[in-house]
Amino acid sequence: MNDREIKGRIFDIQRYSVHDGPGIRTIVFLKGCVLRCRWCCNPESQRFDIETMMVDGKPTVTGRDVTVGEVMDMVEKDRPYYRRSGGGLTLSGGESLCQPDFARGLLKVSKESGISTALESTACAKYEVIESILPYLDTYLMDIKHVNAEKHKRFTGQANELILENARKIAQSQMTELVIRVPVIPTFNATPEEIKAIASFAATLPGVKKMHLLPYHRLGQDKYDRLGREYTMRDIVPMDQEYVEMLLDTAIKASGLNCQIGG
Amino acid sequence: MERYYSGKIEKSPRIPKLVEALYAKMPEIEPARAVLITESYRQTEGEPIYTRRGKAFEHILKNIPIIIRDNELIVGSTTLAPRGCQTYPEYSYEWLEAEFDTVETRTADPFYISEETKKALKEVHPYWKGKTTSELATAYMAPEAIKAMEHNIFTTGNYFYNGIGHVCVHYDEVLKIGFEGIIAKVQEAWDHCQVSDGDYARRSHLYEAMIRSCQAVIDYARRYSVLAKHMAAECSDPVRKAELLQIAENCMRVPAKGATSFYEACQSFWFVQQLIQIESSGHSISPGRFDQYMYPYYKADLDSGKITREQAQELIDCIWVKLNDLNKCRDAVSAEGFAGYSLFQNLIVGGQDEEGNDATNDLSFMCITASMHVFLPAPSLSIRIWNGTPHDLMIHAAELTRTGIGLPAYYNDEVMIPALLNRGLTLKDARNYCIIGCVEPQAPGKTDGWHDAAFFNMCRPVELVFSSGMDKGELIGVPTKPVEEMTSFEEFYDAYKTQMNYMIQLLVNSDNAIDSAHMERCPLPFLSSMLEDCIGRGKTAQEGGCIYNFTGPQGFGIANMADGLFAIKKLVFEEKKFTLAELKEALEHNYGQEDTKEADPSVVAAVAANVAKELAAAGRTVGEAEIAQIVASIVGNQMTDVKKARYAEIKEMIDEAPKFGNDNPEVDMFARDVAYTYTRPMEQYRNPRGGMYQAGLYPVSANVPLGGQTGATPDGRLAHMPVADGVSPSAGKDTLGPTAAANSVAKLDHLIASNGTLFNQKFHPSALSGRAGLENFTSLIRAFFDQKGMHMQFNVVSRETLLDAQKHPENYKHLVVRVAGYSALFTTLSKSLQDDIIRRTEQGF
Repeated sequence: MNDREIKGRIFDIQRYSVHDGPGIRTIVFLKGCVLRCRWCCNPESQRFDIETMMVDGKPTVTGRDVTVGEVMDMVEKDRPYYRRSGGGLTLSGGESLCQPDFARGLLKVSKESGISTALESTACAKYEVIESILPYLDTYLMDIKHVNAEKHKRFTGQANELILENARKIAQSQMTELVIRVPVIPTFNATPEEIKAIASFAATLPGVKKMHLLPYHRLGQDKYDRLGREYTMRDIVPMDQEYVEMLLDTAIKASGLNCQIGG
Repeated sequence: MERYYSGKIEKSPRIPKLVEALYAKMPEIEPARAVLITESYRQTEGEPIYTRRGKAFEHILKNIPIIIRDNELIVGSTTLAPRGCQTYPEYSYEWLEAEFDTVETRTADPFYISEETKKALKEVHPYWKGKTTSELATAYMAPEAIKAMEHNIFTTGNYFYNGIGHVCVHYDEVLKIGFEGIIAKVQEAWDHCQVSDGDYARRSHLYEAMIRSCQAVIDYARRYSVLAKHMAAECSDPVRKAELLQIAENCMRVPAKGATSFYEACQSFWFVQQLIQIESSGHSISPGRFDQYMYPYYKADLDSGKITREQAQELIDCIWVKLNDLNKCRDAVSAEGFAGYSLFQNLIVGGQDEEGNDATNDLSFMCITASMHVFLPAPSLSIRIWNGTPHDLMIHAAELTRTGIGLPAYYNDEVMIPALLNRGLTLKDARNYCIIGCVEPQAPGKTDGWHDAAFFNMCRPVELVFSSGMDKGELIGVPTKPVEEMTSFEEFYDAYKTQMNYMIQLLVNSDNAIDSAHMERCPLPFLSSMLEDCIGRGKTAQEGGCIYNFTGPQGFGIANMADGLFAIKKLVFEEKKFTLAELKEALEHNYGQEDTKEADPSVVAAVAANVAKELAAAGRTVGEAEIAQIVASIVGNQMTDVKKARYAEIKEMIDEAPKFGNDNPEVDMFARDVAYTYTRPMEQYRNPRGGMYQAGLYPVSANVPLGGQTGATPDGRLAHMPVADGVSPSAGKDTLGPTAAANSVAKLDHLIASNGTLFNQKFHPSALSGRAGLENFTSLIRAFFDQKGMHMQFNVVSRETLLDAQKHPENYKHLVVRVAGYSALFTTLSKSLQDDIIRRTEQGF
């Protein structure tokens, strides 16, 4: 099958994104995820099923089936901006690796037409799946949420062994620029000790140079209401700037990497 | 190749003091100029107009009060009160007298006026009855053009009430040879004339007036020299005393002679800038390529150790402050359209030189720094971008944008230069372009561009299509076929073009009438002495003395018309969702919504009188009741619930149709064609100065007041709402973010709109935060320009705007805000998160 004809399911395409990979980017959000992070800001991304969500008081379908070609026609529109900024396509989700053929197709067609690629992912998949997309991926923005397996499972629904193992394998492959991203969530991983542990792990990954701390925000909160789901993080208060900077300092000291707040 | 200095330069403590003093009080109207020009005109009755203008200018400069303000290094003030203004009764005066008692308390641009000033002005105003340019212009205008303006199809009000301005003179020449040099040039041209030449009479009087005017400027500067010397003698502070003595020396030398230092060049520049605005009331007197013509003086002083970068920066900052010292009182209506006391003194940095090399130098950076230091609206700072523009300069400009001041505006050489070549400029002149006023390009020192010649509301002609040329009971357009009888979109579109073409002709008539009035009553010898080739041709700029002569009227509402005509094509003719007759009814009833504006009683009366007259002319006599019924059908707003629901349904269908600004090729190409309905007909017309018309596509802020005079439009816009600004998509109709909007706008033909186009984008400051924010921001501009966009400006929004965006989300659908580690469209966020962001903005997070 022609790569452009591969089908997949997305729930949004966002243009002029400037915080998920270098330069000006178009983010394609794939639907469906293996994790169920309690803080997830895109709850509509979690299920693969097409769902109904309230938008401006009207029930609106979220999720649609598209071909790689259709997505690329949209991605192509901002080529002048990628060229000037060093930007390109970013796949996000959901977890793109849940739709491996579609994700690979998007990345491959993009690379073949000269548009750089990035993937925002939990890396929670068989390594063979990841390996098959690496030839078409410039930047892997990989979440490492916790090094403690039990806590990871409690807050995300999945253990972290596979994730940590994949992180090492991706780093060892040297086929992509691996960037470690840490969603910093109060009550989950926002203590200096926990951040330090993640940063120390990141420092052991060969070739990794950058680490991003992504402080918890409430953007997703009202989406839970609109989907008719319960938001279990309602009582969590976002951290103040000073505290986040203290954590940044901790991460820098523990990892020696180039760390920053935000993507 | 020489490298520029792009480092940081500290602000002098002098600057905040100057700024504070400037804004201490409400600006005031002063009577001196009006009294002096009247005195002079009374004495010169019957003399040639050039002589009268020259003598009046001389009389003003000899007698107008002068002042050196505390801490000033650059001197020359038009009024005693900071930010005060003089008045110009030779252009118009009736409005001022009518507004004497309200001008201080009005909301837009209030001015204090003392009882003595009112008395002085009341004494001189009667002299001007029947002698103003506005009165002559009215006499020259075709009655149908006047009627079209009364019906708000377009307005030529700016030049009708005021001087023309909109010019960039040969500052470089004054800096180099001084007014003594210019006088010698005029004398030489005069010496080459024979008394027997056919045009000797006019020419010799013009030359005499030019020499008189230039000498008056030299003498005016020397009044400052004397004043500075007096003040120095009485000054006990040794530092200030030395400054005053330096000022005295500067004003003795310049602008009489060529400048021998950067400081003198600054002072010489300032007298030119200030005094052009005493000779005439025209605004948009634009300094143009200040970084280019000032550079030789700066460089020489820097190399010789005569000046430090900090000292040069302080002088530039002082000029920036002085540009805000000039002011202008407009009539109440115009003040709404030009709100913010703006004089549109446009100053541009960067770009290419005449040979096509990059022109960036130290001063390009320092001008941007000056705007950061002074942080006031003037000058209207602009930057020229071409493929070879240094990245450093763009980043420095982006840093200024990030402050939220709305400066600089970005211009694309790669579009401007070919656009100007297409209008007959030489390659060198096109490469040397500067920007006048808002967005209008011209060859500096050689052009009388009449850039702001009119505002033309492209929405009104579509109303005339629906009414077959009728407005408020009067035939003012072309009686095109009733829409109920139209069977194809082409028929409708042709009718629109017919109404457009007719109204454009009337606009040209109106502008040419005003042009002729200025030529006859207010030729400007001083201004013309600094414009090529007025001396050679022996004509003022107002008479066609310049190398390039244009008239540039602005169209706006393209997005509304593109969306509206597209909706008609698709929904009426292709999908047959409703008929033109239904749409007409829906428009007449504002899509079934309450019209916030009550029918104006005077309009109702006028319509009633007119209906009666027309019926009488048709040989019918009718009763009051029948007339009332007809009038109600014209201005009334009665409808049944069923109808109301249908109108709402029509609006919903229109709202859902594709809109310009979303990177939809079909709609975007349609918009390109719609813009041609304004830009193409304009090219065929000529003005009295021998130049051509060229269209611009920008509104200043007139899209709001003129939108207030426009009924509901077929794009779903409700009656009296603002129309789209410039070439930007309709507010809130572009929902796919800044790149999609920019791609759509880039699809318009910017090259034919050689009087300038204007594209606004809004960002939250945090979207530009950090080095990466600046990089992405400059990439956005580059990529828009790669696609042949012409101009871009940015509204980096404040907390107040965010609050307004909460109240009126429909107007802010494309507002980008940085939320945390990412950006989002503000209006898509929940109320609580919006509040979070607003609070964070307050904290400067």
